[in-house]
Amino acid sequence: MSIEHRDPRPRFPDGRPADEQPAWRNDFPIDWPDDQYVARRDYTKFMVLTSLAFAVGQLWIGVKRLVRRGRREPTARVEVARLADVPVGGVRTFRYPGPENACLLLRPDEGTLVAYGQECTHLSCAVVPRLGRGELHCPCHVGAFDLKTGRPIAGPPRRPLPRIALEVRGGVIYATGVEERTT
Amino acid sequence: MVPDHHVFFLDPNRCIGCQACVHACSECDTHKGHSMIHLEYVDRSQSVQTVPVVCMHCDAPTCAEVCPADAIKRTGDGVVQTARKPRCIACNNCVLACPFGVPKMNVGFELMMKCDMCYDRTSAGLKPMCATVCPSGALAFGTLEQMEHARPRSRPIHSFQFGAQEVTTKVRMMVPRGAPAEHIDVTSMMDQAPDAGFVPVDVLLGAMHRHGEGS
Repeated sequence: MSIEHRDPRPRFPDGRPADEQPAWRNDFPIDWPDDQYVARRDYTKFMVLTSLAFAVGQLWIGVKRLVRRGRREPTARVEVARLADVPVGGVRTFRYPGPENACLLLRPDEGTLVAYGQECTHLSCAVVPRLGRGELHCPCHVGAFDLKTGRPIAGPPRRPLPRIALEVRGGVIYATGVEERTT
Repeated sequence: MVPDHHVFFLDPNRCIGCQACVHACSECDTHKGHSMIHLEYVDRSQSVQTVPVVCMHCDAPTCAEVCPADAIKRTGDGVVQTARKPRCIACNNCVLACPFGVPKMNVGFELMMKCDMCYDRTSAGLKPMCATVCPSGALAFGTLEQMEHARPRSRPIHSFQFGAQEVTTKVRMMVPRGAPAEHIDVTSMMDQAPDAGFVPVDVLLGAMHRHGEGS
C-alpha cells in the first residue's frame, strides 16, 4: 500500500513556508497551539509596558495633587446666615465657595454648628440631613454620613464630605474655607 | 489528541445509503438533533448511489482561511473544529468556500456547525460515532495497516483538486487500487469533459458501481 507521508506542519494555500507568509498569519493563526502560544519576549514586553503605565499613572496623580495644592487660592470670607436665623435643629443651604457648590449649614444642638458640601462623595447626589438620626442621608444609593464629622458610615461612599470652616462673629456666620478630606 | 496512526477512511462506493451514520451523529449530546454528517446522492436521476460527507480536515483548511472572525480553529493533531460560538458571526463564508460542502449554517443558532471527527471520542481513543455504526464500512476508523489488511484492492488518497487549488486532507478516501487517480477532481463533475488523468468523483463512483469493483 503506497502511503504518502503527511506533513505534520501547517500548510498554507500558497504553498510557501511559514516565514514567507504575511505578518497577519502570525497574528491570527489557524492552529490552536499557535494561537495560544505566548512568546517569552511578548510576555515580558506586556508586563514591562503595563507596569510602566501604572507607574506613570501614579506619578501623574501625585503631580496633579501637588499642582492643585500649590494653586489653591485663599478662599473668601462669605456671610452665610445670621445666627439668630438658624434655630436649633435647623438647616440652611448656601453656596460656597462658588455658585455651583451647594452646601448645608446644620445646627443639631445649641453649641454645635457645622457645614458640609452637599455632594455625596460617591456619585455626587445631593445629601439630605436627618438630624434625628444624626446623619446625612444620600437617597441615591442609601449612603449615610456622620453628622458630627462628615465621615461615611453606611452605603457606597468611602470618602468624607468636604467640611466648610465656619466662623461666628457678631451674631453672623461666615464661611472661611473648604477642608477637602480624603480619609 | 487524536494519535497520528488513527486514520479516518471514507469509502464512498461501499455506502448503502442507510442513514445510520446520520442518525448516530444526531444522537450526540453536543449537537443533539443536528447531524454533522451529510448523506448526499451522487446523481439522483441516474443512480441510488449515496456518499457520506464528513469533514476532510484539510491541511490548509479553506473554511478557516476565509473566516473573517477567526472563529474556525484547528487543534494540534490536525482536526478542524466547529466554529467557536463567541466568535462566529454567521456570515456563511465557510459554507460557500469549503471544497467539500461540509460546513452548514445553523441559522437558528447563528452558528456554523461542522463535523469535528467526534473530537470528544477520537481524542479519548474511541472511534467516531458514524464509523462505529456504519454497517458496510463506508466510514472506517483505524490504522493504515488494518485498512490494508481489510481492503487489499483499495488504496487511500488524501489529495484533491479543486479548480487550481490542491487540497490535501487528514481524512483518506479509498479508491480502487488499479485506478490511475493520484487525486480526485472535486469540481470536474461540473465540466462536460473531465481532464485526462483526473478521475472525477462521479465517474469514479459510477464506474465502481457499474463493474462492481468495490473492494
